[in-house]
Amino acid sequence: MVVAVILILIVVGSVVFHFMSPWWWTPIASNWGYIDDTIIITFWITGTVFVAVILFMAYCVLKFQHKEGRRATYEPENKKLEWWLTGLTAIGVAGMLAPGLFVWNQYVSVPEDADVVEVLGQQWQWSYRYPGEDGVLGTSDARLIDSDNPFGVNPNDPNGQDDILVEGDDLHLPIDRPVKMLLRSIDVLHDFYVPQFRAKMDLVPGAVTFFWLTPTRTGAFDILCAELCGTGHHIMRGTVIVDNAAEYDEWMSEQETFAELAARAKAEEKQQAGLGTPTGDGFEKKVSLVVNEDTAKPIQ
Amino acid sequence: MANIAPTDAGYVPPAEVEDTELHDPQSFITKYIWSQDHKVIAIQYSMTALAVGMVALVLSWLMRLQLGFPETFSFIDEADYYQFITMHGMIMVIYLLTALFLGGFGNYLIPLMVGARDMVFPYLNMLSFWVYLLAVLVLMASFFVPGGPTGAGWTLYPPQAILSGTPGQEYGIVLMLASLVIFIVAFTMGGLNYVTTALQGRTRGMTLMRLPLTVWGIVTASILGLLAFPALFVGGVMMLLDKVLGTSFFMPTIVELGEQLEYGGGSPLLFQHLFWFFGHPEVYIVALPAFGIVSDLLATHARKSIFGYRMMVWAILAIGGLSFVVWAHHMFVSGMNPYFGFFFATTTLIIAVPTAIKVYNWVLTLWQADIHLTLPMLFSIGFIVTFVNGGITGLFLGNVVVDVPLSDTMFVVAHFHMVMGVAPILVIFGAIYHWYPLMTGRMLNEGMGQFHFWVTFLGAYLIYFPMHYLGFIGVPRRYYELGDTTFIPESAETLNAFITVAALVVGFAQLVFLYNMIHSFMKGRKSSQNPWSSASLEWQTPQKPPVHGNWGPSLPIVYRWAYDYSVPGAGRDYVPQNLPPDQVGDTDDPQPIGGGPVPAGQAAGVMEANK
Amino acid sequence: MTIFHQIVDKPWLPLSDQVEQLHSGRSFHLPQKKLALRFFFAVGTVIFSLLTVSYAERMAYEVWRPLPETWLLWSNAAVLLFSSVAFQRATVCARRGETPSVQKALYAGGFFTLLFLAGQLLSWHQLQTGNALDPRNPANEFFILITGLHGLHLLGGLVVWGRTVLKLRRGSNPAVICRSVELCTAYWHFLFIIWLALFGLLFFPGGSLPIICRAF
Repeated sequence: MVVAVILILIVVGSVVFHFMSPWWWTPIASNWGYIDDTIIITFWITGTVFVAVILFMAYCVLKFQHKEGRRATYEPENKKLEWWLTGLTAIGVAGMLAPGLFVWNQYVSVPEDADVVEVLGQQWQWSYRYPGEDGVLGTSDARLIDSDNPFGVNPNDPNGQDDILVEGDDLHLPIDRPVKMLLRSIDVLHDFYVPQFRAKMDLVPGAVTFFWLTPTRTGAFDILCAELCGTGHHIMRGTVIVDNAAEYDEWMSEQETFAELAARAKAEEKQQAGLGTPTGDGFEKKVSLVVNEDTAKPIQ
Repeated sequence: MANIAPTDAGYVPPAEVEDTELHDPQSFITKYIWSQDHKVIAIQYSMTALAVGMVALVLSWLMRLQLGFPETFSFIDEADYYQFITMHGMIMVIYLLTALFLGGFGNYLIPLMVGARDMVFPYLNMLSFWVYLLAVLVLMASFFVPGGPTGAGWTLYPPQAILSGTPGQEYGIVLMLASLVIFIVAFTMGGLNYVTTALQGRTRGMTLMRLPLTVWGIVTASILGLLAFPALFVGGVMMLLDKVLGTSFFMPTIVELGEQLEYGGGSPLLFQHLFWFFGHPEVYIVALPAFGIVSDLLATHARKSIFGYRMMVWAILAIGGLSFVVWAHHMFVSGMNPYFGFFFATTTLIIAVPTAIKVYNWVLTLWQADIHLTLPMLFSIGFIVTFVNGGITGLFLGNVVVDVPLSDTMFVVAHFHMVMGVAPILVIFGAIYHWYPLMTGRMLNEGMGQFHFWVTFLGAYLIYFPMHYLGFIGVPRRYYELGDTTFIPESAETLNAFITVAALVVGFAQLVFLYNMIHSFMKGRKSSQNPWSSASLEWQTPQKPPVHGNWGPSLPIVYRWAYDYSVPGAGRDYVPQNLPPDQVGDTDDPQPIGGGPVPAGQAAGVMEANK
Repeated sequence: MTIFHQIVDKPWLPLSDQVEQLHSGRSFHLPQKKLALRFFFAVGTVIFSLLTVSYAERMAYEVWRPLPETWLLWSNAAVLLFSSVAFQRATVCARRGETPSVQKALYAGGFFTLLFLAGQLLSWHQLQTGNALDPRNPANEFFILITGLHGLHLLGGLVVWGRTVLKLRRGSNPAVICRSVELCTAYWHFLFIIWLALFGLLFFPGGSLPIICRAF
């Protein structure tokens, strides 16, 4: 009796908790509402099964508990019942899988007109690179990274000269425009995770990974790292600000390009050289390095 | 249906299995330390696993204290916290669950359940335990080396695992990898034994389909282990070389804290594939023995044959096979080729079908049964609740696109603790309450057992059920503290504190259980020969607890499957597997039959012939 | 009965009750040790297959610099073949009960195995000192990893070989010796086949394997 009542209480309690709990997902800020819908479908199907199985068990415990003289029926199998249950389960599974795969297909198909933004992860901070006016990111290589060239942009690539580099600042995205996030890490695995966007993806050193989204709500959202990356994992935070078009353009116009940054670095170097501290031509040396394009592997 | 009408079975020749080369113990040391008796080895395995499990339990308290009450305990810093979660996870999955289910229960039960005198290779079996102990010692040593144990997370993903941003990168990671490699050697020795014993060492009449599901579960898990651990072995060796010799198997070009490292060209994703090619079957290495054992507990304590035995066997085999083609569902957001997602989501959801069948058959076994609410039965019911709960959240995570927002959040933590933490551990407890009388001749204390069950079961549910909802908010896992965010409400912190309190309570209930085991060993009520009136073979040995060689002068002969409970027409509500057909109608309790009376001269002849 | 037939019968039916009492309790017509060894072959095959996959994966994405072929590795392959042949001869003799020839053949097998291992060590040495080689070439790393693991398996085999030789010298039962020799022989053949596969993988003619890999 007690056991059956407790089983029923567990079921009722779980369902009540589910509907009453203040803890639920954050209001969505991207186009991935379909993901939420798929979760809801999964919830209904699996929730029904959970309730049915546990209540059935509670009933059995209540009804068939040992009494003096009671004997169980002898029924080694019941093929018909088993096949029915198998079939119903298969239908339920298909009912979850089909929408899942349908949405995944969208998730992996980036729209042709998507803007491109690169996210660079390192222990334990986020930086961002925009393609600039030409709309094309310059090639890059982790071997080119030094204090003057924190992104490892290839200085010989004309596409890279107008790239906008954002370090130690927020990521800005325009509202209602699809954007393909290219993800790159220079040390360990990270994961670019904004709860309100629903989407996330790992950053893998030696490779460029991606996902896409369309921001649908303006505001500032937290960026977290969702792949353990060392002792600073929990403090690897950033902020993404979804702007309307005018604000976004204004912000963009205030940013520095790679060429400007390089020129400034050069100027500072000259100045230092003028002060009598020869620092050599480190930057030129890097420029002459052969860029090995193979280090950035395609995703496998 | 069993053969009720007494038939003339005629003379059945004794078993013709190769007899094991039994090593007769001469002294205390060969009897209890360097023992080749599977039962002693099983106890050694279990004690070691439980001891190391206590370490992992304490680690979980420490990490829960930090999560529930951040900025309160100054002795837990970031590095400590990450070391705690890493060691907790690795110990629980490999050194406790795998070792206890296979090395402990597998060792104890397989020979007894199949009617053998011992494992087929007793010496290798002994070696397996000592090598396992070495692996445990190497792992424990990492607590005492400079830098402490590794804090790379139990997944040990490179490049992070061997770089300086991770605690324990000096020696901890090396010891961890070395310990894993040693463990795999130990497991391979044990696994070959379990599989060969069950396939070739059974007694006469014990067909495969007469085996209890416990044996099916443990043996299938052993086969999975034999085929899956090599992946961890290869990955572990390669990472060791990366760390120690500076090779670049998994290491791409890396700029660490502004400095270019020597590495280049390696693939971090390759390790993930190797790890999960091992890691997913590993889930079933833990789950399948639990499935098997819980089936036997349910049948015995509900006095009913397990429902759909054949379907249960096939489901175990299907799950085992499918578990090798689902591994990349752990990597949906790892940056692998996104088109893999379609394949692995499909295979993952397909595996839900045989798993669901098993659940249905368990609850259908209770239908029109004669349920005795003993402790093993209670733990089995607890298992079904937590397993169903954890299983269905697996459908969320396996369904590729649903996994995207939930992966790497507390939802995942709640899911796998429910499904491969709480559920199998409830089975372990149930199994210990069930077989303790066989192992020691005494019953465990019922009152303490009731307390242990209700606190553990309800407490664990209170810990992990609400934890899913932290994951829905988006609380990431493996966070030392949440810090300031715009999206996590204040109340989530309260929930975290609640979970910590619940975890501490559940943890302390385990101390009651440990006390119960020790107390009952000395002062417990003496058990009868077959306290649960079980039909399966392990309870039919001539001596309790069974002695070296298990069966007395000759091996038992098996006439039926292990689930003849409440057979119509039979004298009692169970028919032991080795009860001769002409005695099935008797109503008085059968004495343990063992190998049955065999004339002395004939017995000697049997032993000789088997050499 | 095949395994498949064994797992479909209905154990609760009275029919099986009478037939199955005669069942011997074995699923395969094999000695226990042979079955265990076959399972171990499966383990070894998985290990080396995974190494192969890892190697091929790496080849496909690098500007691949294959290892130089050396006469040493060819001669090593021949030495391992000799040891396999010697073991085969030991088995044949053991089955005929010619104990002295078994001993000779076993010694030869052990000798060639040690020679092979020494040759592998020498090839490692050549790789490390050969100035023409880039020490950072991943092909090097894989070569050492793969041959190292293969060598470790052979060393493990030598332990069993040692026990067999001891049994032989103690004059154990010829049937017992025959079984041990058979097991060793099967193991050596297995490792020889693995070596052939790895040799082919490492030195696929003209480095065309990476091209094939990239095509997929």
